[in-house]
Amino acid sequence: RMRRERFWFCLEEERKVKANDREYNEKFQYASNCIMTSKYNMLTFLPVNLFEQFQEVANTYFLFLLILQLIPQISSLSWFTTIVPLALVLSITAVKDATDDYFRHRSDNQVNNHQSQVLIRGSLQKERWMNVRVGDIIKLENNQSVVADLLLLSSSEPHGLCYIETAELDGETNVKVRQSVSVPAELGDPNNLATFNGEVVCEPPNNKLDRFCGTLYWRDKKYPLTNQNMLLRGCVLRNTEACYGLVIFAGPDTKLMQNSGRTKFKRTSIDRLMNTLVLWIFGFLVCMGVILAVGNAVWEKEVGSLFQSYLPWDPPVDNFLFSAFLSFWSYVIILNTVVPISLYVSVEVIRLGHSYFINWDRQMFCSQCNTAAEARTTTLNEELGQVEYVFSDKTGTLTQNIMSFNKCSINGQAYGKGTSREKNTLDFTPFNPLANPDFCFYDEKLLESVKVGDWHSHEYFRLLSLCHTVMSEEKSEGELVYKAQSPDEGALVKAARNFGFVFRSRTPGTITTTELGRTVTYSLLAILDFNNIRKRMSVIVRNPAGRIRLYCKGADTVLLERLHPCNQELMTITSDHLNEYAADGLRTLALAYRDVSEEEWEVWSESHRSADKAVDCREDRLAAAYDKIEQDMMLLGATAIEDKLQEGVSETIALLSLANIKVWVLTGDKQETAVNIGYSCKMLTDDMMEVFTISGRTVQSVRQELGEGQEGDGVAGDDQLQGSPCPLPPTYLMDNISGEFGLIINGHSLAHALEADMEVEFVSTACACKAVICCRVTPLQKAQVVELIKKHKKAVTLAIGDGANDVSMIKSAHIGVGISGQEGIQAVLASDYSFAQFRFLQRLLLVHGRWSYLRMCRFLCYFFYKNFAFTMVHFWFGFFCGFSAQTVYDQFFITLYNIVYTSLPVLAMGIFDQDVPDHRSLECPKLYEPGQLNLLFNKKEFFICIAQGIYTSVVLFFMPYAVLSNATQSTGVPLADYQTFAATTATALVIVVSVQIALDTGFWTVINHVFVWGSLGLYFTIMLALHSQTLFRIFPKQFHFVGCAQSTLLQPVVWLTIALATAICIVPVLAFRFLKLDLKPQLSDTVRTHLRKPAESRLGARGGSRSGYAFAHQEGFGELITSGKNMRLSSLGLASFASRHSSSWIETLRRKNTPPKEPCSSFL
Amino acid sequence: MMASSYNAKDEDGHHSGSVSHGGAGTAKSKKPDNTAFKQQRLPAWQPILTAGTVLPAFFVIGLIFIPIGIGLYVTSNNIKEFEIDYTGVNVDSPCYTCANNFSWNSTTSCSCTVNFTLEQPFENNVYMYYGLSNFYQNHRRYVKSRDDRQLNGDATALKDPSNDCEPYRKIGVETIAPCGAIANSLFNDSLELYYVEPSGALNAVPLAKKGIAWWTDRNVKFRNPAGVDLPTAFKGTAKPVNWRKPVYELDPSDPDNNGFINEDFIVWMRTAALPTFRKLYRIIHKNQSSTSTLPSGRYVLNITYNYPVLSFDGRKRMILSTISWMGGKNPFLGIAYITVGSICFFLGVVLLIIHHKYDTRSNSADIPN
Repeated sequence: RMRRERFWFCLEEERKVKANDREYNEKFQYASNCIMTSKYNMLTFLPVNLFEQFQEVANTYFLFLLILQLIPQISSLSWFTTIVPLALVLSITAVKDATDDYFRHRSDNQVNNHQSQVLIRGSLQKERWMNVRVGDIIKLENNQSVVADLLLLSSSEPHGLCYIETAELDGETNVKVRQSVSVPAELGDPNNLATFNGEVVCEPPNNKLDRFCGTLYWRDKKYPLTNQNMLLRGCVLRNTEACYGLVIFAGPDTKLMQNSGRTKFKRTSIDRLMNTLVLWIFGFLVCMGVILAVGNAVWEKEVGSLFQSYLPWDPPVDNFLFSAFLSFWSYVIILNTVVPISLYVSVEVIRLGHSYFINWDRQMFCSQCNTAAEARTTTLNEELGQVEYVFSDKTGTLTQNIMSFNKCSINGQAYGKGTSREKNTLDFTPFNPLANPDFCFYDEKLLESVKVGDWHSHEYFRLLSLCHTVMSEEKSEGELVYKAQSPDEGALVKAARNFGFVFRSRTPGTITTTELGRTVTYSLLAILDFNNIRKRMSVIVRNPAGRIRLYCKGADTVLLERLHPCNQELMTITSDHLNEYAADGLRTLALAYRDVSEEEWEVWSESHRSADKAVDCREDRLAAAYDKIEQDMMLLGATAIEDKLQEGVSETIALLSLANIKVWVLTGDKQETAVNIGYSCKMLTDDMMEVFTISGRTVQSVRQELGEGQEGDGVAGDDQLQGSPCPLPPTYLMDNISGEFGLIINGHSLAHALEADMEVEFVSTACACKAVICCRVTPLQKAQVVELIKKHKKAVTLAIGDGANDVSMIKSAHIGVGISGQEGIQAVLASDYSFAQFRFLQRLLLVHGRWSYLRMCRFLCYFFYKNFAFTMVHFWFGFFCGFSAQTVYDQFFITLYNIVYTSLPVLAMGIFDQDVPDHRSLECPKLYEPGQLNLLFNKKEFFICIAQGIYTSVVLFFMPYAVLSNATQSTGVPLADYQTFAATTATALVIVVSVQIALDTGFWTVINHVFVWGSLGLYFTIMLALHSQTLFRIFPKQFHFVGCAQSTLLQPVVWLTIALATAICIVPVLAFRFLKLDLKPQLSDTVRTHLRKPAESRLGARGGSRSGYAFAHQEGFGELITSGKNMRLSSLGLASFASRHSSSWIETLRRKNTPPKEPCSSFL
Repeated sequence: MMASSYNAKDEDGHHSGSVSHGGAGTAKSKKPDNTAFKQQRLPAWQPILTAGTVLPAFFVIGLIFIPIGIGLYVTSNNIKEFEIDYTGVNVDSPCYTCANNFSWNSTTSCSCTVNFTLEQPFENNVYMYYGLSNFYQNHRRYVKSRDDRQLNGDATALKDPSNDCEPYRKIGVETIAPCGAIANSLFNDSLELYYVEPSGALNAVPLAKKGIAWWTDRNVKFRNPAGVDLPTAFKGTAKPVNWRKPVYELDPSDPDNNGFINEDFIVWMRTAALPTFRKLYRIIHKNQSSTSTLPSGRYVLNITYNYPVLSFDGRKRMILSTISWMGGKNPFLGIAYITVGSICFFLGVVLLIIHHKYDTRSNSADIPN
C-alpha cells in the first residue's frame, strides 16, 4: 500500500481537496494520516531481514564459505563449523532488528493513536490521528499539536489570527502568527463549518516549509492561499483558544514527514578501521592460502605422487596443480577464522551494553524533566571517546532561553544579589496586585526604595514600562499577558510590572500604564527604533502633565557617550557596575532620559518627519535625526539580565577544554548575544590574548580579517598583548583554561569563509583558536561548518542542539546529541544520543565515551589476537601434513572456540572493563586524550596483536610437536596420535588465551570471574562430553574422538606441555607490559596506581572592562507600532516580520549598507 | 602475581537520589535504578602489574620450572631406548633385498634378519614400537578415509560404507571391510625378537600383542559386526586391496583379537599426528624370574618384510624402550623446562635492575592537571 502511495505521489501534480467530502477525496487515494516508520511486520520480517543481513559483506562471505564447504573435494571442515556461528550471528542480529522494529511500531502506534477532534457530520467527534483523512475539518485547542498540515479556516482569536510555535519544524521558539483564509467570518461557527464545502486546489506534497500556494474555491469565489494560512504538522498552537483547520496533507505527505529524510547510517572510525583491517586480513588469508597451495603443489609433486600407493588422488584430481588449486580453497575455509564471523556481532553486543549503561546512568538523569539519557544509536559509543570538536547550539542548549532581570544599578546604587538561588525571593503581592508571581528578585532594598518614593527608582521603572515594543493582552482585569518579541524586553517590562510600573496597553499613539496603582496614559510621540548600528532605542512620550521626555535604553558603549557631561561621576560608578555585570556574563543595558522642551520637540519632529519621508537614504537620515535628539541624556542606571545558562554549562565547557576538546558555538543569535554567552559560560575569557571578530561582508574583508587572525596566532608573543586590556601574568599562561585566542565569526562572513578558496584558511585560523563562536548562522551553515571540520581535520565531531534548526548539524556530525525535554523533539529524533542537560555531555564523553573506546580497543586487540593464535596453528601444521588442509583441532572445537570457549570473557571485558573509576576520569580530563589521538587501537596496535597471535600459534604448535612426537603415555602408547595432539593443542590454546584475557582484564567484577572461569570449566565439560562414549554410541561418525579427553588429560606430559606453552606465551607479554608500565606509564596507569586527588582546576574569572551589552531585539518594531496601521493588525505585522526574518534574514542583513564592524577591543 | 585490592566504589553522592524516590502517587519516575550493576559500580578486583607482583612472579616461575626440568631430564636420561632402522636402503643392510624386491603384488613374503646388541639391560616392561618416517598418516584425505560406523560394527555401514572411503570403498559389488585408505595401508610387517644366549642358542623373547591399544578404542570404538562367527559376520565383504587375508583372519588364534578388534589394526587406525611416528607393536612383560626383562647382549630381529616404503622414500624402524611415570624417553621436555625457568629467572633479574635504575622516574610521574 505504501508503494502505491509513493507511486501516486510521483504522479500527483496538483492536489484537490474538498472539505467535508470523504467520498470525493478518497478518489485520489491520498495518504492517510497514519505514519509508519517501522520496517517489518510479522510476515515480512524473516525474508526482508535475511535479505538485508545478506547484504552485509561479512555475512555473504560466510555464506560463500558455507557453499565451498559443501564441495567434498574442498571441504576441509564440516558444514556445521560455519553454519552454527552464522546462524547464531544471523539470529542475534535478527532479534535485535526485531526489537528495534517493535519499538518503532510502538512509537508509531502511540503517535497514530493520539486523539483529535474531527468535525464529522456536523458534530465534533474524537478520532485517532491515524483515522484523520484529507478533507476533514479538525478542531485544535490551545497547546495541542497540529495533527496534519491544515488550512486554517477559523480561529477563536480576533481577525482569524492564530498563534503557533514552530519549534519542531524549524527550531524557532518565538510564536508566529497565522491567519485564516479571508472568507466570511461565519465559518467561525462549527455548525457552519459542517456545511462548508469549499474545494482547495494546491501544490502536491513537498518539503518546503515556508512555501505553500493554492486556491480555495467556495461559493463561486476564489481565495488565494499562502503559507500564511497553513498550520503544519509538528507545530503547537499557542495563545489561541481554539481553531478549525482543513486537512490538506496527511501522514507521510505532511511537510514534517517530507522533511525527515532517511537518516544517514553513521559509522565510527573504529568501524572503518575494522573494515580496512578485515580486508587486510582477508588479503593475508589469501596470501597464506597461496603459500600453502604452492606448498601443496610441491608436496604433491615430490611426495604425494610417490605416496599414491597408500593414498591415491581423489578422482577429479589428476595432477598436482589441480590438487593445489583445491587445496587453496580448502585452506581458505580452514583459515577463515582469522576473519571471525563473531567479530561484528560481538562488537554490536558490546556497543549495545554500553548503550544500556548510558540509558541507565542516574547521573545523566534530569529529575526536573524526568528524562534519562538515551542512546538512540547503539553503534557509535566508542566514537564518544574520540571527540575532538563539539559544535553546540546556544539557545536551549547552553542557555535555558529564560531571561531574568537579575541586577540593576539605579543612580549609582547597585541592587540585586547575584545569580544564586537563595532563599528569600521578594514577595510582591501585598505591594502590587498586578505583580507576576513568577518573577524573582533577591534584593528587598530596591523594593524599599520604590516604596519610599525614590525619584530615580520611579523614573527607572517608568522607563522600563514605557520604552519598549512589547504588546500586551489583558484577557480579564489584572491578567496581563505580554507578547514580547525578544525575551530580554519581556524580562524588563515584567520587572517594571512587579515593581509597580505596570504596562497595561498601547495604541499607536498612547501607552497606558498603572504606576503604583494609579492609571496613567502617556501619549507616545515617537519611537526611535532599535537597530544593530544604533544599539539603542528611545521613546519620546508626553506625560499627562504635558511634559515631554525621551527615554532611552541601549548598549553602554553607545549610550554613555551621549550623556550630559554632568553625569561624569555617576557614569563612573555605573560603568563599574556594568563591568561587574559583564564579567558575570549578564546582558546589560544602560538607561537614560532626557527632558525635551516643547520647542525642541517641534523642531525635531519636523526634521524627523522629513527624514521619514525621504526617498533615498531614508535609514541614514532617520538615524541622523535620532542621533540629534539622543544627546545630553541623563543617566538613570543600568539593567543586568541573566540569560540563564543551563546548570553546569561553564564547568562542562571548562572540563571539555581541559580534555582537549574544542567547543564551537554555532548559533543563529546575534553576535553580541553569542559573545555574551561565550563569556558567561567561560568559553571566552578575559585572559584570552585576543578575540578576533570576523564580520566582513565582502570576500576581501573576510580574507583580510582572517589574515589578521592568522598573524595574531602566529605571533603569540608579547607584542600581541597590547591588544588585550590586561597584560597576562606569565604564570597564567600556564593555566590550561586560559586559551590563547578566541574567534567570533558572523554568518555573512562565514558564507565567504566557507567558500572553496578560503575554507583552508578559515579552518587553520579557527582551529588555532581556543574558542570559536559562529553567530547568525543558518541551519545549513551549521552543517557546513561541521562538514568543513570533518573534511579538513579528520577529527571526530559532535554536534549538540535542541531545536529543529540543529537537525542538519546533528545529522552531519559524526555524533549528534539532542537536548530533550524542552523544545520540540526534532533534534532528539535526529540525534544519536539525547539527554536533558548540556552538562551531561561531560559524563557522556569523558566517562561513557572514554570507557567505550577503551573497552572496544581492548576487545578488538584481544579478539584479533585470539583468532590469529587459533588459526595460524593450521598454517604451521600445513607444513607437516602435506599441505592437505588437515585441521589441527577437532571440528567441534573449531565450531565452538569463537562462540563458546572464548567469547564470553572477552565480551565481559568489552562491556565491564574500567581502567580508572568514573569520577577519576572527570577529575583528570587529560585521560581523554588517548582516544583523540587514537592510541589504543590503530594499525600499529593491530600489528602488535597479530604478531602476538602468530607468536602464540608458533608456540602452541611447536611445543606439542617437540614434546609429543616422541612421548608416550605411561602405558607405553605413543602420544603423537592425531587426536591426542589435537586435544593437547586445543587445551593449551584455551588456557593461553584465558590467561591472556585474565591479564588484559583490568576490572574483575563477579561477571568477569564467572565468565573466565566458566569458560574454562565449560571447555573441559564440553570436551569430556563430546569425547564421551554416550555421544559416540549415538553418532559414531561425528564423535570419533571418543575417549580422547580422558586419555589425554590424565597424562602428566600433556599438562607439562601445556604449562610450558603457557609460560612461553605469557612470560614475554608480562615482561613487556611490566617494562612499559615501569618505564613509560600511561596517564591512566599512573592514575590507577596513585589514587590520589589531583589539584583542583582553577577557574578564576578576572575582571576586565567589556561591555555586557546584548539584546535579542530586532529592528522594525517601533515602526510597526507607530505606523498608521490599525493596532489590531500589529500582531499580524509582527508575524509577517518574524517570518520574513526567519526565512531570509541573511539577505536582510546583507542589504544593510554599513557593516557593524566592531574593533575587537570593544568586546574585550 | 598481581597486586590485588578489592574496591567497592564509594557510594557518596547517591543518597539524594534514593531519598527523593518516595512520594507515592507522583508521576512514575523514569529514573534508572540505583543498582551497582546499572551504575557500573560493581565491586571489582583491579589488579595492577607492579614490581612487587611481577618480579616475584618471574622468580617463582623460574624456581618452579628449573627443578621440574632437572627432574624430567634425569628421568628421561634413565630411560633406556634402542632404535634400529631396518628399511634396507643401503646395499649392506640385511633387508636390502627384501626392500627392493618386495611390492604389494608379491605373493610370497620376504624375510630378513637384523642383528643388534643391547649394551645395557632393559628392566621392567619393555615396549616394542615400529616407527615409520615420511608416512603421511595425517594427510586430510587419508585421515578422513575411514568409516567409524563400519568399524563400530554397524551392519548397514558394513554393507554400505561412507563415501569418505573412496576409492577403497568397494571392489566391484562387494564392499571392502574395513574400508578406506587407512585400513588399506595397514602395517603388516611382523617382527620377532630373539635373544642370543651366550651359548649361541636363539631364545625367542615373548611378545604380548594385547594391551597396546587405547581402552576406549578396544572396547567402545571398534566392534565386530554381529554374526554367528566372524566369517559369517563379514560375509559379502571384500578384503582391502593391499591385504593378504580378510579382516576376520587377522589373528585366528584369538577370537578376542580378531576382526575389527584386532589390536594391531586398532593401533594402526589411530592415525598419527606427524609424518614421522611410532606405534606400539608389542609389549615385553617383565620377567618374574630374571632381574632384567631384556638382559644386555646380542639379539636377533626377524622381520617378515611385507610393507614397502621405499617407493615414497619412507623409513621403518624398530624401537625398544622402557617407560617411566612420564612415558618414554623425552629429553626435550626437561631441557625446555630448564631453559624457560632460567630465562624467567634471568628476566626477573634484568627487570629488577631496570626497575631500580628507573625507579625514581616512575615514582615522580605526576598526574598533570
